[in-house]
Amino acid sequence: MDLLTETAQWLADPAHWQGPNGIPARLEEHIALSVLSLVLAALVAMPLGLWVGHTGRGSWLIVSSANAWRALPSLAVIGLLVPFTTLIDPNLGFILYPTLVAMVVLAGPPILVNAYEGVAGVDRDLVEAARGMGMRERQILLNLEVPIALPVLATGIRSAAVQVIATATLGAVFGFGGLGRYIVLGDANKDNGELFGGVVLVAALALLTLGLFTLLERRLTSPGLRGRIAL
Amino acid sequence: MSGEPLVRWDWVLDHLGPIVGRVEQHLYLAALAVVIGFFISFELAALSVRRRKLYPAVTILATAVYTVPSFAMFVALVATTGISVLSVEVPLVLYTIILFVPNIVAGFDSVPPDVLDAADGMGYSAGQRWRRVELPLAIPLIMAGVRLATVSTIGLVTVSAILGDGFGGLGYYILDGYHRHFPTEILVGGVLSIGLAALADLGLYLLQRRLTPWAALRVVPR
Repeated sequence: MDLLTETAQWLADPAHWQGPNGIPARLEEHIALSVLSLVLAALVAMPLGLWVGHTGRGSWLIVSSANAWRALPSLAVIGLLVPFTTLIDPNLGFILYPTLVAMVVLAGPPILVNAYEGVAGVDRDLVEAARGMGMRERQILLNLEVPIALPVLATGIRSAAVQVIATATLGAVFGFGGLGRYIVLGDANKDNGELFGGVVLVAALALLTLGLFTLLERRLTSPGLRGRIAL
Repeated sequence: MSGEPLVRWDWVLDHLGPIVGRVEQHLYLAALAVVIGFFISFELAALSVRRRKLYPAVTILATAVYTVPSFAMFVALVATTGISVLSVEVPLVLYTIILFVPNIVAGFDSVPPDVLDAADGMGYSAGQRWRRVELPLAIPLIMAGVRLATVSTIGLVTVSAILGDGFGGLGYYILDGYHRHFPTEILVGGVLSIGLAALADLGLYLLQRRLTPWAALRVVPR
């Protein structure tokens, strides 16, 4: 039996669509973890990036450390956390926290860098004009810089989301569920249908996310920036 | 794990030989992927710069590869083609291409058109202009891509440890330590692989400064 049929059959089997190891349950785990880690990462990285972009303070730190963050392999982060998090909570510290923290660490840098670059890239003449019009710094950031930078901010979240969805599969090696579980099980049981079924599901979820964000970015771009309005 | 110290230095000292072996394997697997990936990407990028219409297709392909987790790609390749160095190198090379191509294209795009006109006006042939003007001016962004790809590949090599003891470089210790509930091993693997990436990044940064003494390094890699 060839790989394609095997994968299609595994995906079509109704038995794989129910129960705690069923596709809906694993999909839910995967999405819940991804959303939670993205929200946590954004809560920290977004305000920080916006603030640095607006004030210019500490920008050297972002520029010079943007690369270093990529050196943190998620496998090492998860593995390193396990001994510590199991001390806090033997159950969740084993199956959830290490993967969750690793995904927050993974999602933070793209959100931070794009928030910084988006705001720092706003034309300084516009900012001066806003200041001249008597806008307060807070107003300049929220009413001028953020709207202009929105597409860049969204790109940062998109890139973080796709990375998290793809990398969260690694959590399955360390006790977390999610769609990676099928890849681990398929590999262990020499069941290529299950393995590739898992790969297809993860890639589909990532592509769907990519598509949704691309649409969102288009909508978030102010009409003035899209060049639709004649100036 | 109670009572187990975080780091058993005696274990580290007893295993210095194998640890060095894993470091070598790690560097070998990463360097091979970065070098092969660079040459493929350079050709792809040069092609994309010359024929702009190809670039969106290259970007879409890269994005598609990006959605497949490295972990899944390692396992899937072994399931279909059997285990070999190729099952590690093919995914690693593919991921470097995703990081390299946009940076190399951005590098060539960053050469100001005025400079190209000036070169033409000075009577440079197309080949001379490429070698003496475009390439040197593109180096800062190309090197930003090299640093990014190197650092990220060194991180990804650890994941290949899931393929078995013969692979993974320092990732072997992360997984083995995890399975044996032995924090020392996890720390050795994790800390050393991060250290390797940091050292490689520093080395490439210094190389970049030597290659382009005129350029201030203000580039944020993508």
